[in-house]
Amino acid sequence: MTNASSSSSKRKLWRFHGGVHLSDEKTLSQTRPWQPAPLPPQLVIPLQQHIGAPARPCVAVGERVYKGQMIGEPQGYVSVPVHASSSGTVVAIEPLPVPHPSGLSAPCVVIETDGEDTWTELPEPLPDFEQQDPGKLRERIRISGVCGMGGASFPTPVKLNPGPDQPIDTLIINGVECEPYITCDDLLMRERPEDIVDGIRILLHILGASRCLIGIEDNKPEAAAAMTAAVIARRVEDRVEVAVIPTLYPSGGEKQLIRVLTGKEVPSHGLPAQIGIVCQNVGTAAAIADAVLRGRPLIERFVTVTGRAVAEPRNYRVCIGTPASALLATSGGLTGELAKLVAGGPMMGIHLEHAEVPVTKACNCLLALTPAESPDPGDPLACIRCGRCAEACPANLLPQQLYWHARAKELEKVQDYNLFDCIECGCCAHVCPSHIPLVQYYRYAKTESWAREREKRASEQARERHAAREARLERQERERKAKLRRKPVPPRGSAAKAGTKPSTAAAGAAGSGEADETAAKQAKIAAARDRVAAKRASAADQPEAATAAPAVVTEEQAS
Amino acid sequence: MSSIAAVISSPHSARINRVSWVMLQVCLALVPGTAALVWFFGWGVLINMGLAIVFAVACEAAVLRLRRRPVLPAIGDFSAVVTAMLFALAVPPALPWWLTLLGIFFAIVIVKQLYGGLGYNPFNPAMAGYVFLLISYPVAMTSWLPPAIPELLEARDLATLSFVDSARLIFTGALPPEMTWDAITTATPLDEMRTLLDQGQRIAEIRQSPLWGDFGGRGWEWVANWYLVGGLFMLMRRVITWEIPIAFLAGLLLPAGLFWLIDPQSYPFPAFHLFSGAAILGAFFIATDPVSACTTRRGQLVYGGLIGLTVFIIRTWGGYPDAVAFGVLLMNIAAPMIERYTQPRVFGQRKET
Repeated sequence: MTNASSSSSKRKLWRFHGGVHLSDEKTLSQTRPWQPAPLPPQLVIPLQQHIGAPARPCVAVGERVYKGQMIGEPQGYVSVPVHASSSGTVVAIEPLPVPHPSGLSAPCVVIETDGEDTWTELPEPLPDFEQQDPGKLRERIRISGVCGMGGASFPTPVKLNPGPDQPIDTLIINGVECEPYITCDDLLMRERPEDIVDGIRILLHILGASRCLIGIEDNKPEAAAAMTAAVIARRVEDRVEVAVIPTLYPSGGEKQLIRVLTGKEVPSHGLPAQIGIVCQNVGTAAAIADAVLRGRPLIERFVTVTGRAVAEPRNYRVCIGTPASALLATSGGLTGELAKLVAGGPMMGIHLEHAEVPVTKACNCLLALTPAESPDPGDPLACIRCGRCAEACPANLLPQQLYWHARAKELEKVQDYNLFDCIECGCCAHVCPSHIPLVQYYRYAKTESWAREREKRASEQARERHAAREARLERQERERKAKLRRKPVPPRGSAAKAGTKPSTAAAGAAGSGEADETAAKQAKIAAARDRVAAKRASAADQPEAATAAPAVVTEEQAS
Repeated sequence: MSSIAAVISSPHSARINRVSWVMLQVCLALVPGTAALVWFFGWGVLINMGLAIVFAVACEAAVLRLRRRPVLPAIGDFSAVVTAMLFALAVPPALPWWLTLLGIFFAIVIVKQLYGGLGYNPFNPAMAGYVFLLISYPVAMTSWLPPAIPELLEARDLATLSFVDSARLIFTGALPPEMTWDAITTATPLDEMRTLLDQGQRIAEIRQSPLWGDFGGRGWEWVANWYLVGGLFMLMRRVITWEIPIAFLAGLLLPAGLFWLIDPQSYPFPAFHLFSGAAILGAFFIATDPVSACTTRRGQLVYGGLIGLTVFIIRTWGGYPDAVAFGVLLMNIAAPMIERYTQPRVFGQRKET
């Protein structure tokens, strides 16, 4: 064990600006042992559980599906499939409420479970992954539906393909779990440390990275010890290091964790890959091990059900698609003192209007808060510019200036103050003595800015298209006129007239039989040419419009 | 605002601070300094302070009613109380009651509420009220009572006022029987230093007088000490941050030290500046008013430093013996510009080269 402790400490750590110390509330869900959540009679599996394009359903209503069977296939590069988390029958494919800040519905596949949990035929395990081509492993991860399980749910295979111009030297595994209340990553690290380390080995191979740092806050000593032991058991001490970091919210933010562990800052508006780093959550690493070593898709995860408004806080292993209401019921239901139901942690979680939403791949916690835990902050008072928010901001922004301009809807000004570097961690609102819902203002300003940007892009495109069309028509007109001018000059020199207007030329030339004939011919030719030009113009317009539309869609998908 | 009233956006945690609590801590931090001021300068301080607080809250409530804004939350934030306390600590202890009311009216109604109330006032209300009176009623505003130090009173044949005398003087303007204004008022140390230096006296001669203590005027330096205790309390409670007070004091002491080194007989020892007048009160309580100060860290250093420098310049060469109020008001106007040029480097942005 001396070996173990030596490989998990002594690392130089850095600080990021701001951050807040929070009461961690983690023992609440750890007093009871974890258990598998019972299989619900119906699973509701959203087709979009990741950032990017939603999956397209590839099963029909009435079809029998098996556990692990793909029921939604990825559309496009930034997309991953979804799978049936148990066997049963598809009873509906329709929009249903999902855990999303908007509270809106999204397409889901509803499976009536048969209770038999029959597995589908899984792809071959790839135990010799070190001999495999990284592309093949990425494809395996992709068809297994793995996306970031820390909250942002970005498709993992995309993140694992930074491209040849961005060599990766460091893999960072995020086991920080800095939000209060949540303990599912802690549990995962204690229960499946070897799987996480296997996932790390696979990730190192895919990325060609030379080292891996596992960041764990010092309030989870057991998890750190388990991970250290697993690193030794898997004999990767030379490449993988467990780094215990001080507990400070939001150390688990990707950029903050990279800063703490390496001292490097991810460029503003940039990605970690630009500084040779890829960051993955512990849950994602375990899911990768499942996908590669067992051929198993991502169909279950640990979820913390906690908060003082729930009778028995506890961790569960949950099938993706299990309704939150069923999980709460398994936990003894609500105590009647519920102030707020949240998917995720108290600092960044999504407020749920009701519990009739399914657990998704990124859902780490169901939090039922009492009025004492989440008191109504009351009407916001005026900002007194005390600057507490700026002190707490881990991005070193000036939150109160952002608020000022967001409130005045000055979208250019908010961007001058680097709105898009805001990670919405909630530190500013947490410390604000005026109880201003700052994050809400920033989200509003971001959404407005995106909408305005989209509009601008669309109108620019329309304008460009219009200008191109005008230019083309003008050019064609010019060419037509030039051609007419170049025609052999009709006798008795009405060339100018014939050049400008064929019909008048024809009329003017009337009288002489020979000239008459030539003029009539010319008029006919000109008219035909006009028709062709018109047809060509309209034909050219349509395909352009048709290609332009998907271009917009893909751009949106990528962003 | 109503669309955003129902807070469903994260964070869902309990908020850890309140404006009213911030302001109450400022009031609390003023208690030692206030007590010291009462100890040395008599009951007039408390009478004026009580008057100022009641009238400030009344003014605030009246304007809010006229503006059809909720009255209770604004009264409950205690910001008017803080303004009134600072104002009362800055004015002479025997200031006639109607001047106190006039100053408070100007501070609360004109400077604070007409600009939109707490959070929107570009100027520090207490200092604006103070300067308004200082310019309009210079005699009343510079009639300071002597500190209650027996040797000093004896040496200069001065008297102090009892509570009743103070109240009578403030409310009716009547002096106690057989007393003249000259018997109860005296020049402040800053005043005396300026006057005598202007008369060509050397500092060694000036400091012969029993008016002087170790650094500044007797009594005054103790008041400054107790303000400092309150200021340190606020620093400890993180009600204020160190940038503004430290920069203020540095901006005052560095030039003072430089000139003192050049000519110690014409320019007082730097500690004299620190422990005379409103330097400590200004550095910890007045310049740190968040609403009218800079909010960026570097901006606060510039802001505080420039106030200190202004105070030194006006004290040394200007027309007024003290200048904290002028310094603060001048930098209040400059604060937005300072802020603009002192933006912090955002996480992930390249260091400026």
